[in-house]
Formats: sequence, C-alpha cells, structure tokens
Amino acid sequence: MPEFLDLSEAVRKYVKPGMSVALEGFTHLIPHAAGLEIIRQKIAHLTLIRMTPDIIYDQMVGSGCADKLVFSWGGNPGIGSLHRLRDAYEHEYPHRMEILEHTHAALVNAWVAGASGMPCAIFKGYRGTGYPGINPDIRFIDCPYTGVELTTVPAMNPDLSIVHAQKADRAGNVWLKGIIGIQKEAILAASKSIVTVEEIAESVDEKSGGMVIPRWVIDAVCCVPKGAFPSYAEGYYNRDNTFYIRWDKISADREKFARWIEEYVMSTSDFKEFIDKINAGQHG
Amino acid sequence: MRGNMAEANYTESDMMVVTASRFLRDGEVVFIGIGLPSLATNLAKRLHAPGIVMNYESGTLDTKPAKPPLSIGDDELSLKALAIVSGPEMFRYGLQGGTFETGFLAAAQIDRYANLNTTVIGDYWNPKVRLPGAGGAPEIARFCNRSIIMLKQTRRSFVEQLDFVTTIGYWKGGDSLSEIGYSAKGSLTVITDLGILEPDPVSKELVQTHIHQGVTIEQVKESTGWDLRIAPLLKTTTPPAEKELTILNELREMLT
Repeated sequence: MPEFLDLSEAVRKYVKPGMSVALEGFTHLIPHAAGLEIIRQKIAHLTLIRMTPDIIYDQMVGSGCADKLVFSWGGNPGIGSLHRLRDAYEHEYPHRMEILEHTHAALVNAWVAGASGMPCAIFKGYRGTGYPGINPDIRFIDCPYTGVELTTVPAMNPDLSIVHAQKADRAGNVWLKGIIGIQKEAILAASKSIVTVEEIAESVDEKSGGMVIPRWVIDAVCCVPKGAFPSYAEGYYNRDNTFYIRWDKISADREKFARWIEEYVMSTSDFKEFIDKINAGQHG
Repeated sequence: MRGNMAEANYTESDMMVVTASRFLRDGEVVFIGIGLPSLATNLAKRLHAPGIVMNYESGTLDTKPAKPPLSIGDDELSLKALAIVSGPEMFRYGLQGGTFETGFLAAAQIDRYANLNTTVIGDYWNPKVRLPGAGGAPEIARFCNRSIIMLKQTRRSFVEQLDFVTTIGYWKGGDSLSEIGYSAKGSLTVITDLGILEPDPVSKELVQTHIHQGVTIEQVKESTGWDLRIAPLLKTTTPPAEKELTILNELREMLT
C-alpha cells in the first residue's frame, strides 16, 4: 500500500542516478512538480521516458538530468520546438544525450505490453518508414496464423513512473478524470510508482465518472496542489497556454534558461514556493 | 507575398486554410492534427460543416471546442468531448482498428508520392534541424482511408528525397503499398499556399491540379523540388469569401 510522503521525500527515496524514469501525461495531468523536484535535487544520468516530452522534459534535459531520452513526439504543442531538448541533441549541450525514438503507436503498445507482463508488443506500423533504420528495437515477425508480417517492440518497464492525478483517498487509491492518456499503464508497467495529487479526499470511486487506480499498485502518494502547472488538472485549473507560449522565449536562450531555473527552481524550496513566485512574477 | 496577391485582402496562409476547410464535409469523422489542420477544421465547422465530427490525438472524441485549441489536449477539447478514451484505446482500437474516416495532417517535408517527414532536417544523427518526430502521424495517415495534408509549397518542403521517412503516403508509388503489406489508400489531397495537388490514379505521383488566384505555373514548378507534373485541366481555386476570412480571423484571435 502506498506511503503518503512529501514530494521531496518521495523523490529522494525513489529517484536515483542511472534509473529509467517515466513522468507521463498526455498534455493533461503532467507531473511538473515532480520534475522540478528532480531538478532541485540535481539527480542526473537518468533515462527519461515519455511519449510527449514537453516543457518539463525540456527543463530536465536543459538542467542536465538526462543521459538518454525515449520518446515519440518532442515539441511544445501548437508552438514549436523544445529548445533545450534540441540543444542537447543537436549541440550536446549541456552534455551529450542519447535518444531512442518511436511513434506514439509503438510506445502506447510498449506500455500496454509492460503493464500486461508481456516481453513485447505486436502491432501494425513502421513498415516503409525510416524508423527501423535508426531504432534497433523495432523488429518484424510473421503472424503464426496468417503469415502476415507484423511489427514488434520491447515492452516498456521503467524503474519508476511518476504521474499526476486529481485526488487520492486516505488509503491511497487514486482517482483521475479527463484525458487519461497512458497514466494507468505507466504505473502498472513500472517497478515503482509515485502519484502526485491535487488533494486527499475522504473516499474515491467511479460512480461519478473518472477512473480509479487501486492503492496496491502505487508506492507513494504526494499531495501537491497545482502540481501539474502549467499543464492542467480537469476540474481544478485549466491549461496555462500563455506559459507554454512564454516558455518558447525563455528556453530559446541558454543564459535566459539558466537564470529561469536558478530563480524559479533552485531558489525555491518546494513547488508551493515556486507557484507563489510564478504568480508574483511574470514567469521570468 | 510570393503570389501576385499584393492587392488581395488575404494572405497565402489564409488561402491555404480556407481551401483546406472547403475539403471537409459535413458529418465527416476527422482525426485532426494540431496547427493549421485544426484551424481549418474549426473553420469548416462554423461554415458548411456544422456536423463535422472532430477527434484529437489526446483521446477526445467528437469534441466541440468553442475556440480552437493550442494543443491536442487542451481543457477546451476535454470538457467539450462526447467521450475521452485512453491512449491505448485511441491508437489500438480507434486508429489501427480503422474507425476514423479522414486524417488531416501537416508536415515539414513531402515527396512526390506524398510520403512525409516530421522527424529531422539533415542527417538523423547529425541534424540541421530536429523536428518533433512522428507522434500519431504515421497511423493517422495509414489507417484513415482519406488523407488531407497541409504544408507550404517550397523547394525546401517539396523535395526529391525526404531527409527522413516518418509517414508513408503512397510509398514508392503505383501499387507498391501492397509490397509492404498495406492496403490501398482512398483519396489523398495536398493543400498548399500555392494550390492543390492530387495523386495520379495509376502512378500515384502528386500532380498539381489547382493553383490559387494570382499564382502561376512557373511559380509552382519553381517551388517544387522535383519535376512537377501539371494537370492538363489545371483549375484555379476560388478566393476566400468575406465570411470565411471574418471567421478565420476570429478563430486566430481566440488562439492568441
């Protein structure tokens, strides 16, 4: 059953250099607070996994947390590039970062395989594209029943997954609603999991909609209000699109980025202080 | 202005979005990529296609946003959706299972057989420009029977050889798709700032079938990195109507 921990304690306990870590979230419920805490604790040499690395991975990569990135779409949605991610890949700044690239379909299937206890995922796709040439994990097998050629990728089973959700009850059952992406599979496929939530409720259930992830598949629950900002938690706060637009400018320049990280992340003791500072300033 | 449009009250980008919106049919079940495809679909919904069924990669099915979203997962899409499905359900049942009629995408590069690159410009391991990557594009193009693709027509984007093949259109043309185990594709339309291209029925090579008003044949040829074929009966598209421009501008304002 999960322990209730402060986010800083949970990160200290579960995130170690050299681990493979997935901070998932498909636009919604992205665990920004957890990512910033990893930066604050200066944990490096991580293999970062995520279908859609966006701002929080840009911040982690730019801060030197990642030796490797596994992903299927890396951009600032609707705006353009992730400048820190590009700088790492194109210019090895702040250091060299290996990448392993997939499509969304491949990673979705790899997550399902990981959650299902399967060694690999079987799906259609990749044939005719450039991906098999750059990713040795992409292989092809013949269907034993029809002889049709199918595509396979290894199951995704990270050391740790971190997701954000709307709430947990006092026993640690987690409830989420809205765009659910790959949150459940990420938790189930990982050896350990941390869930940050907006609030702790007396009880959670699916009677009013949403989805419950049961307490026995979760290792730590941390209550971090606004913990997905500038992403969102449906029913609590909306996506801060203006921050995503501003991030394009902040991240475009190495110095500006470094100043932002220093001022907003390294000089704040936790996410609450970070949010207060963001609200007081103009996002840098 | 690349075309002879200096006097016009609209831009090439407006022309591209308006033309694309006109291709969408009322009631059509569309899987929408972010950016210009999303803008064009939101425009069509407010004009001739109020019953268009809008679906985004985040799992938001039949969503009815009051304003165009910035990302594929904005709260506006989530709150206005008929249903929200998980990533596995979207990609395994929804796309691979073939439940969506039309896929509507943008791209950075295209070749003569409508294969697309959204991964990298230059060498993959030593890129000039790192692009976001595949996301759902390969499946959106592959498993929807009808494809609409939007991109600017320039020598940098319309290339003889893609720097990286992210997404298959007609692969090597003709019936080569069957060689890699794919079924034949329904219709495919490429809409650019200069006009419209559609595949030759047999060779599947893209042919310029329309140009926008003020654009010349020389211009589309010069803006294409391969020896572009021009349809014998080249047509000119209709310029944007006042109403189309008014609503498009309103949508753009809502975006910012």
